[in-house]
Amino acid sequence: MDFEWLGTYQSYFIPALQTTLLLLLYSGTLGFGLALLVGFARLSKQPFIAWAALSFTNTIRGTPLLVQIYVLYYGLGSLFVEFPAVRDTFLWDYLRDGFWYVVLALAISVAAYVGEVIKGGLRGVPKGELEAARALGMPRLLMVRRIWLPRALQILMPSLAGETVLLLKSTALASTVAVMDVLGAANFVRTQTLRTYEPLLVTALVYLVLALLIEEVFRRLAHRLPTRSGF
Amino acid sequence: MKLPLITKIIGLTLLAWSSVQAADLKVSISAEPYPPFFEKQADGKWKGFEVDLANKVCAEMKTQCKIMEVAWDGLIPALKSKKIDVIFSSMSITPEREKVIAFSVPYYFTEAEFVAAKTFKGATTVDALKGKILGVQSSTTHADFAKKYYAKTSKVKYYNTQDELNADMIAGRVDIMLLDALPAVDFLATKGAAALEGKGYAPKDPLFGPGVGAGMRKEDKELKLKMDEAIKKLYANGEFDALQKKYFKVNIKAK
Amino acid sequence: MTWFEQFTRSVVSEWGVVLLQGALVTLQISGGAFALGLLIGLIVAMTKLSGKTPLVIIANGYITVCRAVPELLLILLLYYAGSDLINAVLDWMGYGPIEINGFASGVLVLGIVQGAYASEIIRGAILAIPLGHIEAARAFGCSRGLIVRRILIPEMMPFALAGLSNLWMTLLKDSALISVVGYNELLFTAKQAAGSTKMYLLFYLSVGAMYLVITLLSNLVVERFESRFRRWMPAH
Repeated sequence: MDFEWLGTYQSYFIPALQTTLLLLLYSGTLGFGLALLVGFARLSKQPFIAWAALSFTNTIRGTPLLVQIYVLYYGLGSLFVEFPAVRDTFLWDYLRDGFWYVVLALAISVAAYVGEVIKGGLRGVPKGELEAARALGMPRLLMVRRIWLPRALQILMPSLAGETVLLLKSTALASTVAVMDVLGAANFVRTQTLRTYEPLLVTALVYLVLALLIEEVFRRLAHRLPTRSGF
Repeated sequence: MKLPLITKIIGLTLLAWSSVQAADLKVSISAEPYPPFFEKQADGKWKGFEVDLANKVCAEMKTQCKIMEVAWDGLIPALKSKKIDVIFSSMSITPEREKVIAFSVPYYFTEAEFVAAKTFKGATTVDALKGKILGVQSSTTHADFAKKYYAKTSKVKYYNTQDELNADMIAGRVDIMLLDALPAVDFLATKGAAALEGKGYAPKDPLFGPGVGAGMRKEDKELKLKMDEAIKKLYANGEFDALQKKYFKVNIKAK
Repeated sequence: MTWFEQFTRSVVSEWGVVLLQGALVTLQISGGAFALGLLIGLIVAMTKLSGKTPLVIIANGYITVCRAVPELLLILLLYYAGSDLINAVLDWMGYGPIEINGFASGVLVLGIVQGAYASEIIRGAILAIPLGHIEAARAFGCSRGLIVRRILIPEMMPFALAGLSNLWMTLLKDSALISVVGYNELLFTAKQAAGSTKMYLLFYLSVGAMYLVITLLSNLVVERFESRFRRWMPAH
């Protein structure tokens, strides 16, 4: 087992690491925002909205992420042939790169999975607090902003840490659509040096470290939030 | 105790599942379509020049062969871990690869060609492609060529399979791609590639190697002798010529 | 509706049989991996509960790695290294090398990855068994094997069922990752078909629908299973 290739291929790994982290950041933020919408939609009193949200989460959670990425990347890609005018728009640079498709696919996935988690958290907020707010005459939107959502997030903090680690793992699928993330860089080194194990082992280590960092960040966050369960 | 018994049962089941057919030679092509050399049909069977050639070589060697498929990136690891015995998948002979595996004598030779949209103006030199996106299949001599000359000034995108690269070329995600001239002919004839054309061959470079050969483990010296003999025979007795006429208009024999 | 005609012509009649075969392979691999994962999960869970420190450390290490490292990476590592490893172990034990075909490799890989998650679910379920039941069994003089067989496994099943059914769904979807190493399950077959016909959107959407159908059917089966296992539990 030798690791001398690490020196030569450093220049590939550093930008690749950046790509992975950016994938995580963009899809995490976008996905989380969408997840909030999905969570509330699932609890909506309007039957159509609730049904639409349920179908959404069922479909996304029932199909493999890889299939979703392929549908977006190759499916949309084949549309470009039929509408060549797209190449002149400003969107073209984004539509060319696999990176943004993966961000979108991951965000949709997060919206579905975390949406269900958020729904659970919203339901888990003690009803008494919501009723108190209504009794005090709080407008609904203010109640959501000040009481329902923060309390739900407090309950959900540990799950969110787990979901973020899952998201980190999902970013590895970007390597299947020619995106140079950490796994893509490892595959590249594998094919250039014809070494099977060493690049993959190093990459596994990188992911391990990143996962531990994420858990640590969330643990610090959880400490800073006040938890007062009055039971 | 109960647990070791369960372990034994699982172990035996795995062994039973494994198809241990030592008599069959496991010849592997890459699992992704690469017409006209190999592609999978709707009924699940593989067809193509290389499939036919492999069968002919096996007949010549008087061995029973089983055609298998492994992902392109995984061919050499699969060979080393004895999952397959021969790589027969348009793999070029290069000094890098010869460090890890053995090759038969080359059985065909092809140039590398650039392909881009008909509307793409300009040359294919390193300067002309500055800032453009060049697509290549990873683990190929084209990837090595692109990495050596173009990586610093253009954006090189590496694809796991030629098929994916073709799809992205049609979709316009890469500006230009470098691939084997022979599959390029086939690809440009398809309906989807109507807006594309060949942009000339890449300059001759030792990176491209003397041609495509069958890959084998270094220790299988006897196999290599048999395979070399079979290939030379097919060259000499005209069977190779007959086969290549079926698929190609040009002569693809290795020098 | 021309796309409908396209659909029936290409997806159903031309490639339909091959796709269904791919779906069968997916189910077979998932089934095998689930069984293996359960077995590994049971062993690892009991190891952690046994309290012997070096074993617990190894078990924890295994679980941490599987939960932090992407499945795709683990699949690549185990698929290429797996047979090497097994052959090395067999070598050390004195047997000759065996060939592990693609199916066994896939099952092995997915099973090992899922085993980590399964072990945590099973461990939680075992801990939920009322201690009194085990104490009573021990008071009666039941051997350890009898306790495991007659009390532990049956009683933990209802607790583990929710987690394990989730695991089954995850496994079905993770089986699609095996397509990257070129093994002929459903997604890989779809890739080949899409590449051959250039009708990418059609085939990937169809395959997505197939996975959805498999998942929904699994859901129904699991619900039946759950009601059967819950039949002796007090209704909450």
